[in-house]
Amino acid sequence: MSVTRRGILTAVPIIGAGVLGVGFWRMLSDMRSGAFDPRAIKNPNVGKPIPSFAMPGLPGLGDGFTDAELKAQHRPVLVNFFASWCIPCVAEMPGLRAISRNMPIWGIAYEDKPENASAFIQRDGSPYARVASDRHGRVAIDWGVTGVPESFLVAPGGRIIWHGSAALDPQIYEAEIRPRLAGL
Amino acid sequence: MFGPEQGHFALALACVLALVQFAVPLWGASRRDARLVGLAPYLAVSQLLALGYSFLCLVMCAVSDDFSVQNVAANSAVSKPLLYKITGVWGNHEGSVLLWTLILAVCGGAVSLFGRNLPDILRGRVLAILGGVSAGFQMFCLLTSDPFERVFPAPMDGQGMNPLLQDPGLAFHPPILYTGYVGFAVPFAFAVAALIEGRVDAAWGRWVRPWAVAAWCFLTCGIALGSWWSYYVLGWGGYWFWDPVENASLIPWLTGTALVHSAIVVEKREGLKIWTVLLAIATFSFSLSGTFLVRSGILNSVHAFANDPARGVFILALLAIVIGGSLALFAWRAPSLTSTGLFSPVSREGSLVLNNILLCSICAVVVTGTMYPPFMQLLAGRTISVGKPFFDAATIPLTLPLLLAMGIGTALPWKRAQLARTFSHLYAAAGIAAIGLALCFWKLSGILPIACGALAVWVIAASVSDVLRRIGIGHTSAQGVWERMKNLPRSSWGAALAHIGAGITILGLCGMSQAEHAIVEVHIGETRSLAGDDWTLLDVHNYIGPNYKAMQADIAIRHNGKLVTILHPEKRDFTTQSQTTTEVAIHTNFITDLYGVVGDRHGTGKDTTYVLRLHRNPLAPWMWLGGLVMAIGGAFSLSDRRMRIGAPKRAAARNMARA
Repeated sequence: MSVTRRGILTAVPIIGAGVLGVGFWRMLSDMRSGAFDPRAIKNPNVGKPIPSFAMPGLPGLGDGFTDAELKAQHRPVLVNFFASWCIPCVAEMPGLRAISRNMPIWGIAYEDKPENASAFIQRDGSPYARVASDRHGRVAIDWGVTGVPESFLVAPGGRIIWHGSAALDPQIYEAEIRPRLAGL
Repeated sequence: MFGPEQGHFALALACVLALVQFAVPLWGASRRDARLVGLAPYLAVSQLLALGYSFLCLVMCAVSDDFSVQNVAANSAVSKPLLYKITGVWGNHEGSVLLWTLILAVCGGAVSLFGRNLPDILRGRVLAILGGVSAGFQMFCLLTSDPFERVFPAPMDGQGMNPLLQDPGLAFHPPILYTGYVGFAVPFAFAVAALIEGRVDAAWGRWVRPWAVAAWCFLTCGIALGSWWSYYVLGWGGYWFWDPVENASLIPWLTGTALVHSAIVVEKREGLKIWTVLLAIATFSFSLSGTFLVRSGILNSVHAFANDPARGVFILALLAIVIGGSLALFAWRAPSLTSTGLFSPVSREGSLVLNNILLCSICAVVVTGTMYPPFMQLLAGRTISVGKPFFDAATIPLTLPLLLAMGIGTALPWKRAQLARTFSHLYAAAGIAAIGLALCFWKLSGILPIACGALAVWVIAASVSDVLRRIGIGHTSAQGVWERMKNLPRSSWGAALAHIGAGITILGLCGMSQAEHAIVEVHIGETRSLAGDDWTLLDVHNYIGPNYKAMQADIAIRHNGKLVTILHPEKRDFTTQSQTTTEVAIHTNFITDLYGVVGDRHGTGKDTTYVLRLHRNPLAPWMWLGGLVMAIGGAFSLSDRRMRIGAPKRAAARNMARA
C-alpha cells in the first residue's frame, strides 16, 4: 500500500487516539493499584547521601543530632519531619508509634516552637528514638522537604533510599518501607 | 413534586429516551422509513424536557436546603446566599455532569427546532448521534455520579461551598464553557452523519458552520471568563497558568477555530471536505477528553474535582466508543468524499489552509506539553512539570506567522490571487503597523512582545482597512458607501470584528508581559513605590460578613502626589470551611490595572505589619475585552442571512407558492 496524504490523514488520528487511550488506561489502572500517583512529590535527593546538618534538641527530650550521628547508625533509620501545628502530623502519630516498634524513627520538628513541639510529642508517648529542632526550616530546605509530614528512609552510611510525602501508617510501612529494609 | 426521587426518575427516563433517539432514527434511515426518521425531533424534545425537569429537581433540592441529598449536604449550607445555592448545583462533579448532559439535550432540541429545513434523513442521523452521546453521559451520571443520592441520617447543615467559588464570575463560567464544549457535539454529529451518508457538499458546510460558530463563541467567552476569574479571585496577579485544565479548554478552542475557518472553504468552494470532517470530530473529541482528564485525576491540576479512578474507567470506555468509533468510521468512509474545489496556494483558500496548519501546530504543541508529564511519569517513572517557559517558547513563534497571515488572508480573493494587487490594498495597514512597531519598541521590552504587539496592530489595521475598502471609502459617494455598508454581508463584519478582537487580546497579552509587582511588609501609614506610583497603607479594619470574618485594608495610590484611587482589598475567613480567601482590589482605567492584595498580619501592637502585594498590570482588561469582541464577531456572523439555515429553500418555497 502506498503512502498517500489521505492515508496519513486517516491513520494519524487513529494511532494518536489509540496511543493516548492505552496510556490513559495504564495510568488509571496504575492509579487504582497505587503505582501511579499524579500528585506524588518526587524528592531529588533520593539515592543521594543526606545533607550535612547539626540541630539542637527539644526541651526535655535530650540533645539534637547531626548528619554524622545519623551516618554512623548500623540500622536503617526513618527520618520524619513533623510540626505540632500540622493536622496530618497529629493524625500520623499513632501510625508512627506502631512503626517505631519495628524500626527507629528520628524526628525533626519543622518550623515549630521547641516547647510546643516537645509538649506535642510527649502528650501520648513519643514515637521518636531521637528528636531535633529545625526551628527555621533551614535543614528541611537541604533535604528538599516541601511540607510536613514528610519522611525519609536513611540507610546505614547515610544514603536516602526512600521518600514519602504523606502521613505514614502501618500499611505504607508494610508496602513501601519493609520491602526496602530487606535489601539492606 | 420536585424531590430528588422525581429528579432521579426523570434522569433515567431521559436516558431511555436518548437511547431510543439513538437507535430508531438510524434504523429508520437505513430502511429509508420516513416515519421512523421523523420521530427523532420529538424524541429529542422529550429527552430535553425530561432532563430539564431532572435538573430543576436538583436546583429545588439545593434551594430548599434538602440536606438528605448527599450532593446538597456536601456542597451547600443554610447560610449560603440564594444565588450560590442555585449556581452551586453545577459547582461540583455530579451536578456539573448533569448540566453537561442538559446542555447536550438543549443542543438536540435546538437542532430539532431550528433545523426544520435540513433534509429529514440528515437531521434524523444528526439527532441520533447526539442521542447516542447523550445516553452515554446520562448513564455515566446515573451509574457513577448520581447527584440525587440520599444520605441517612440527614445532617442538620451542609458542609458549605468552597468560598473561592462563591463569585458571580465563576457562577456563570461553567454553563458558558460547557455550552462551548458541548456545542461542538453538533458539528461532530453532522460530521458523523455525513460520513454515514457518504456525502459532504456546500450545503453541508452551510448547515454545520453556524453550529460551529455558536459553540466557538461560547467557548471563547467561557475561556475569557475563566481567565478573568482566576485574575481577580485567585489574587496571584496572573491570568493564565498553562494549567492542564486550562489547556483542556484551549485545545478544542484551537481546533474549533480551525474548524470555523475550514468550513468556510467547504461552504464556498467545496474544498477541504475530509479535513473539515476530521476537525469536527477532533474538536469534540478534545472537548470530551478534556472532561475525562479533569474528572479522572490523571492530570495534576489546581482545579480539584473529587477524583475517582472508577469514574475515569467509565469515561475512558465512553471515549473509546465515541472517539474510536467516529475515527474508525472516518477511516472507512473518508476516501469516498472527493474534493472538487481547486485553488492555487496564493488565494483565500490557501490562506485558510495556512491558518489551519498553524492553529493545528499550536494545538499539537499544547497537547504535547499537557500530556508530557503524565506520560513521562508512566514510561520513565520521573515526575517533571512543563510550564510557562515551554509553552511561551513553543507557541509564540507559531502565533507570529498566524497573525501576519490574518491580516493578508481576508484581503485575498478566492481561487487565485495576485500578491502585488493584494499588497496594494494593504499599504495603509502596513504603515499603521510600522507606527505600532515603533510604539512597541518604546513601550515594551523583549523581542517577542514587541513582535506580537506590532503584528496585533497589523491585524487590527488590516481588518479595519479591509472593511473600509469593501464599503468603498474614498471611491464612492457617501450615499454609495451607505448602500455598500448595508449590503456588506454580516459575516464579513463578523470576521473583521473577530480578527480585531484577536488583535486586542494579543495587545493585552503583550501589555501583561510588562506587568510589575512587589511584595512588601509595611506598618500602617507607610508608603512604598512601584513603577512611579506611591502606595500607602492608610488603615486596616475588621468586619463580619454573612458567612465570613474579614480584614479590610485601605491603600491609597498617588501618582506624582495626586490621589489616583483608594483600594480596599480584603482577606476573608470562612468559618464553616476553615478556609481563607483574598479579595483583590482592582482599579482600572482600561489602560492599566492597579491591583492590590492584603496578606498576613505580623506582630502585635505598634509593631504590627501587614504583607501587601502590589501589581501594576498594563492593558490587562484588553485580554478579556478582546475575547468578548471575538465572540460578538462570531454572533454577528451568525446573524448573517446566508447562515440562517435553509433561507434559500424557504425563499424558493415562497416563490413557488407565488407562482
